[in-house]
Amino acid sequence: MKKYVSRLPIVGKTFLRADYVVLALHVEANLLREIRPGQFVQLKAEHTSSVFLRRPISIHFVDVEREQMWLLIHIIGEGTEALAQCEVGQTLDCLFPLGNGFTMPAQAGRQMLLIGGGVGLAPMLGYGAALAAQGHTVTFLLGGRRDVDILQYDEFCKYGEVCITTEYGSMGERGFVTQHTVLAQRRFDHIAACGPKPMMVAVARYAAAHDIDCEVSLENMMACGLGACLCCVEHTVKGNVCVCTEGPVFNIKQLNWQL
Amino acid sequence: MAQLAVNIGALSLKNPVMTASGTFGYGYEFADFVDLNRLGGFIVKGTTLRPREGNDYPRMAETTGGMLNCVGLQNKGVDYFCRHIYPRLVDYDTNVLVNVSGSSPEDYAACAERIAALEHIPAIELNISCPNVRDGGMAFGVTTEGAASVVKAVRKAYHKTLIVKLSPNVTSITDIARAVEAEGADAVSLINTLMGMSVDIERRQSRLSIGTGGLSGPCVNPVALRMVWQVAKAVHIPIVGLGGICTAEDAIEFLMCGATAVEIGTANFLDPAVTMKVIDGINAWCDAHGVEDIHDIIGALHD
Ligand SMILES: Cc1cc2nc3c(=O)[nH]c(=O)nc-3n(C[C@H](O)[C@H](O)[C@H](O)COP(=O)(O)OP(=O)(O)OC[C@H]3O[C@@H](n4cnc5c(N)ncnc54)[C@H](O)[C@@H]3O)c2cc1C
Ligand SMILES: Cc1cc2nc3c(=O)[nH]c(=O)nc-3n(C[C@H](O)[C@H](O)[C@H](O)COP(=O)(O)O)c2cc1C
Ligand code: FES
Repeated sequence: MKKYVSRLPIVGKTFLRADYVVLALHVEANLLREIRPGQFVQLKAEHTSSVFLRRPISIHFVDVEREQMWLLIHIIGEGTEALAQCEVGQTLDCLFPLGNGFTMPAQAGRQMLLIGGGVGLAPMLGYGAALAAQGHTVTFLLGGRRDVDILQYDEFCKYGEVCITTEYGSMGERGFVTQHTVLAQRRFDHIAACGPKPMMVAVARYAAAHDIDCEVSLENMMACGLGACLCCVEHTVKGNVCVCTEGPVFNIKQLNWQL
Repeated sequence: MAQLAVNIGALSLKNPVMTASGTFGYGYEFADFVDLNRLGGFIVKGTTLRPREGNDYPRMAETTGGMLNCVGLQNKGVDYFCRHIYPRLVDYDTNVLVNVSGSSPEDYAACAERIAALEHIPAIELNISCPNVRDGGMAFGVTTEGAASVVKAVRKAYHKTLIVKLSPNVTSITDIARAVEAEGADAVSLINTLMGMSVDIERRQSRLSIGTGGLSGPCVNPVALRMVWQVAKAVHIPIVGLGGICTAEDAIEFLMCGATAVEIGTANFLDPAVTMKVIDGINAWCDAHGVEDIHDIIGALHD
C-alpha cells in the first residue's frame, strides 16, 4: 500500500477531557478507502523546538463520506501537547498510513471482542465500525481507572455492545477488563486488545488459556515509522521485527510474552 | 542548472547527495517519497558476515535536536543480503553502496569479498565506528593500528571503491584518517554517531537497553563539520561529510569545509522526502550564486 507524507487540514477539534483531544483531518475518500483499521500515522509536532521526532498516533476512525480521519490524542508530554494546540484551519504534517492493521476475519458472522484500555481504545472505534459493517457482532470492552477514563462512549455504542470496567467501580463493573462478566457469558471467536502493556499481557493470558485467537496492538517507541531505523523492534518467534511495519498488530502467538 | 556531478575515487555520483547507512533501510522503504534514481547514491544498512539480532529494546531515545540509538547492527547477514535484497536493488539508476561491519579484520574482509562479487554494488563503506556493539565496530575505529589493520585486510580482498567511515569518538580523527589513507582507502566518510546517554530519572535507568547509544541529528552537526574541515586538511583522498544535515544549506557547509559529497541520515526520519529537497536546494543555491560547477564550492572556505 502506498504511503503518503502530506499536510492535512484540521477540520474538527474536540476536547473530550482537558488531556484528551480528537482531531479530525481532511483526507480524500480514495485515500481513506486504502486505510486498514489499526494502522497509524506519524505526526510532526511543529511550533515547538524541543520535540525532534514525529509522534506515532493510531487512526481512531475514518469517515469516508465526510472525508475525515480522526485521531484521539492523549496529552502526556510536549509532543502531544503541541499537537493538541493545533487549531481548525491549520494543517498537520502527516506520514500515513503506517503499519499492518488488525485482521478482518475471513469467516462471516464472527463474535468479536475489542478491548481498549486508556488511550488504547483509540484504534478500536475504527476497527469495530469496519467489523460491524461486514456483519460481525462487535462487543467493546473498555477499561479505565475511573469513569472519566472511558472516552467516546456514544461513538462506540453505534457499532456494538459496550462493556466497561473501572478500577474503582465508578462506571460499569469494578475491576480490570479481564474480570468483566461478559467474558464468562459469551464465547468470542476473536479478541483484539490495545492499551497498557500489563493489560495486554493479561488479555493475552486469558485468550491463550481459553484458546481464543487474539491480536494486540503494540506501542513501541518509534523514530522513522517506515521500517528503516530498526529502533521499534519487538522480540518475536521470528526474532526482532519492526513494530512499525510488521506491527503494530501482532497475533499473540507471534510474541515471546510469558503467558 | 549547475553541474553537480562529483567523483569519489572511481565512483561517479550524479550529485553529491547520498543517504547514510542505518537511516534509509534498503532504499525501497522510501520509494513512495523519493525518486531513488535522483540520488547521488544510497548506502544500505550495516551488513555483517553472519546474521545479527542487534540489541534489546529500547533502542532509541530522543534528545534535544537529535536522537540516541543502540540498534546494534541488526541485519540478516551478507549471504541473505546477496540472495534476497541485492536482486531488488539492481535496477536502480543510482549508486547503491553497502555499509560493511565486522568483529575482526578477517570478518570484514570476508564480508567485503562477497559484496565485491555483486556487479551493481560499485563501492562499500567500511564501518569501523559503530559505538553500539561490544565485539568490534568502534573498537577498530578508535586506534590508528586497529583502523589500519581492518583497512589493510579489506583492501586485499576488495578492489572497487573503498570508503572508510570514521568514528568521532577519538582524540584525533585526523590521525585515524591518515592511517586509513596510508592503507589504501579511496575515501573517508565522517562522522558516525557520537557516543552518548540519556537517563529516565523516575526509573533511575538509562533510556537505552545497553546504557549508551550513538547520538545523531542536527545536534551533532557542528562537531561533524569541524571534523570534516580538519580531516580535509590532513588527507588527500575525497571526504564524504555527514552529521545532522537537514537542508541544502547544511550540505553546502560540508562541501565548503572540504567534503566532496554528503550523506543524509536522521533527517530522513523527520521528512522522508528530505533528500529531494536538499538536491533541489543545492541546485537553486548554485544558480542564485552564479556557481556553475559544484567543484567551485568544494573546500572553498575563505581563510
Ligand atoms: C503505533 C502507536 C500508536 C499510538 N497511538 C496513540 C494514540 O492513538 N493516541 C495517543 O495519544 N498516543 C498514541 N501513541 C503513543 C504516543 O505516540 C506517545 O504518547 C507520544 O509519542 C508521546 O509524545 P510526547 O512528546 O507527548 O511525550 P514525551 O515527552 O515524548 O513522553 C512522555 C512520556 O511518555 C512516554 N512515551 C513516549 N513515547 C511513547 C510511546 N510511543 N509509547 C508509550 N509511552 C511513550 C515517555 O517515555 C515519557 O515517559 C501511540 C504509539 C504508537 C507507537
Ligand atoms: C538508527 C540509526 C542506525 C544507524 N546504523 C548505522 C549502520 O548500520 N552503519 C553505520 O555506519 N552507521 C549507522 N548509523 C550512523 C549514521 O549513518 C550516521 O553516521 C549518523 O547518524 C550521523 O548522521 P546524521 O546526523 O545525519 O544522522 C546509524 C544511525 C542511526 C540514527
Ligand atoms: S520506527 Fe524505524 S523501523 Fe520502526
